[in-house]
Amino acid sequence: MDLKELYRDVILDHNRHPRNFGPLEGANHHAEGNNPLCGDKLSLAVRLNGERIEEIRFEGRGCAISTASASLMTEAVKGKDRASARQLFDKVHALLTQQDAAADASLGKLAALSGVREFPARVKCASLCWHTLNAALASETAATVSTE
Amino acid sequence: MVANLSLDKQAPPLDVEAVRRDFPILATKVHGQPLVYLDSAASSQRALPVLRAVEEYETHSHANVHRGVHALSQAATAAFEGARERVRRFINAASVKEIIFVRGTTEGINLIAQAYARPRFRVGDEILITGLEHHANIVPWQMVCEQTGASLRVVPINRRGEVPFDEFLSRLGPRTRLVAFAHVSNALGTVLPVKRMAEAAHAHGAVVLIDGAQAVPHAHVDVRALGADFYTFSGHKMYAPTGIGVLYGREELLAAMPPWQGGGDMILTVSFEKTTYNELPAKFEAGTPNISGAVGLAAAMDYLERLGIEAVAAHEQRLLELATAELARLPDIELIGTAAHKAAVLSFIMKGVHAHDLGTILDAEGVAVRTGHHCAMPVMTFFGLPATARASFGCYNTEEDVMRLVRALRRAREVFA
Repeated sequence: MDLKELYRDVILDHNRHPRNFGPLEGANHHAEGNNPLCGDKLSLAVRLNGERIEEIRFEGRGCAISTASASLMTEAVKGKDRASARQLFDKVHALLTQQDAAADASLGKLAALSGVREFPARVKCASLCWHTLNAALASETAATVSTE
Repeated sequence: MVANLSLDKQAPPLDVEAVRRDFPILATKVHGQPLVYLDSAASSQRALPVLRAVEEYETHSHANVHRGVHALSQAATAAFEGARERVRRFINAASVKEIIFVRGTTEGINLIAQAYARPRFRVGDEILITGLEHHANIVPWQMVCEQTGASLRVVPINRRGEVPFDEFLSRLGPRTRLVAFAHVSNALGTVLPVKRMAEAAHAHGAVVLIDGAQAVPHAHVDVRALGADFYTFSGHKMYAPTGIGVLYGREELLAAMPPWQGGGDMILTVSFEKTTYNELPAKFEAGTPNISGAVGLAAAMDYLERLGIEAVAAHEQRLLELATAELARLPDIELIGTAAHKAAVLSFIMKGVHAHDLGTILDAEGVAVRTGHHCAMPVMTFFGLPATARASFGCYNTEEDVMRLVRALRRAREVFA
């Protein structure tokens, strides 16, 4: 079991310095994500302009995997439209759960999450933010999701 | 001091290597490394004599209990009722009528909440618990408060994770009907002064339930000396199987309670017009019980007494002292729960590293610890933490286990340098 596969430099960096972290003024979509198993809480705020994710920020506290995954996700989906964000969700989900999933080029830095699938207990940490994003984009009001 | 996890310095030393041979699972390799099992507070491992007793029962003696006149039914009944007598002696109850077999501590507490508290309590009545309780000693009382209109009050803990006695006293009053507290905190290891607490509660006319899940594997418990009205614990934290536990209740109290669940074994006669209930303890044991679990529990009690519970306690205290000293030397580790009187549980955090990451790194080093809120979210909230890592020790742990934990923590520091 190689810890370096899980805790890659990109992940450690995004954990230490999470991007797009903090409150978002003028957000029109929100969702809360909870992982009761480890007590992780994630709050996601999105400003949608039509179908386009104009701005996205997150708050909360969690483990390195959950924090880095949320940070990487906000970078990846900012500027994209809802449909492409959902496509990205499917690709990340496959990357986290399927042994043979190859990281395709469109994933960019998100490919750093591929080590997580060797640690099944930690897949939920990485996917919490994505489920929360889905809930935020699907609803017109605040939503809550739980990975347990 | 009776049954207060006090240390007997004269206890003969435990032959840990011999003990380890009784737990074949300890030979497991985890990620290529010898297992260091430091999660006994969540669930201990099973001793060979326990496994053998269960196998012997299942192989040669199983049938349903209290039913039928055939030989196996009688053998099964003898094994099951023999286990009940074994439990009675282990905790020094006055009678086997006071020993109810349940699934575990959680079920024991729910039984009292629903069959003792619910029919009696009204608006204005108070149930008192402490700030360090496991969810199993919080939620059943919240449910009964919703059902009856009674109120739940909580004695706060201090920064060391202790329940200050004056805080406890100040919350007892004429409305206090029931007081429920842990003998030993699962999240922090704090040992509560349960005998003093029970005396004070009784002085106010309240009944006392003690959650003994974390105490029974580590101390000689005498329910009468402690003054417990109800005392409940689980088998799987004391080297016995899962799915079996004990609720002790004073006979007078149990006798006055209505049954909790209805079904077979808990009745004397049934007709569609009227059913009469069985005597204690059968009144509270509806349905076919966990017979082999009870047999395994009795074997675990034999095993613990053979090792000597004082010797086990002294051994675990030495490990706790060593681990506390070693972790104090690591600059980024903070111990959570520093009570003066503790059982062999060490909760801690590492600065800048979430407990979940710590758990994964320790696991990669073969070290199994619990990470998370330990089913005690209010304790985590009190300390302002989402989670801690928790190392807990049992009779089979060694000084080498402690040093492996320390090395694994150094490794975690490197990964998150």
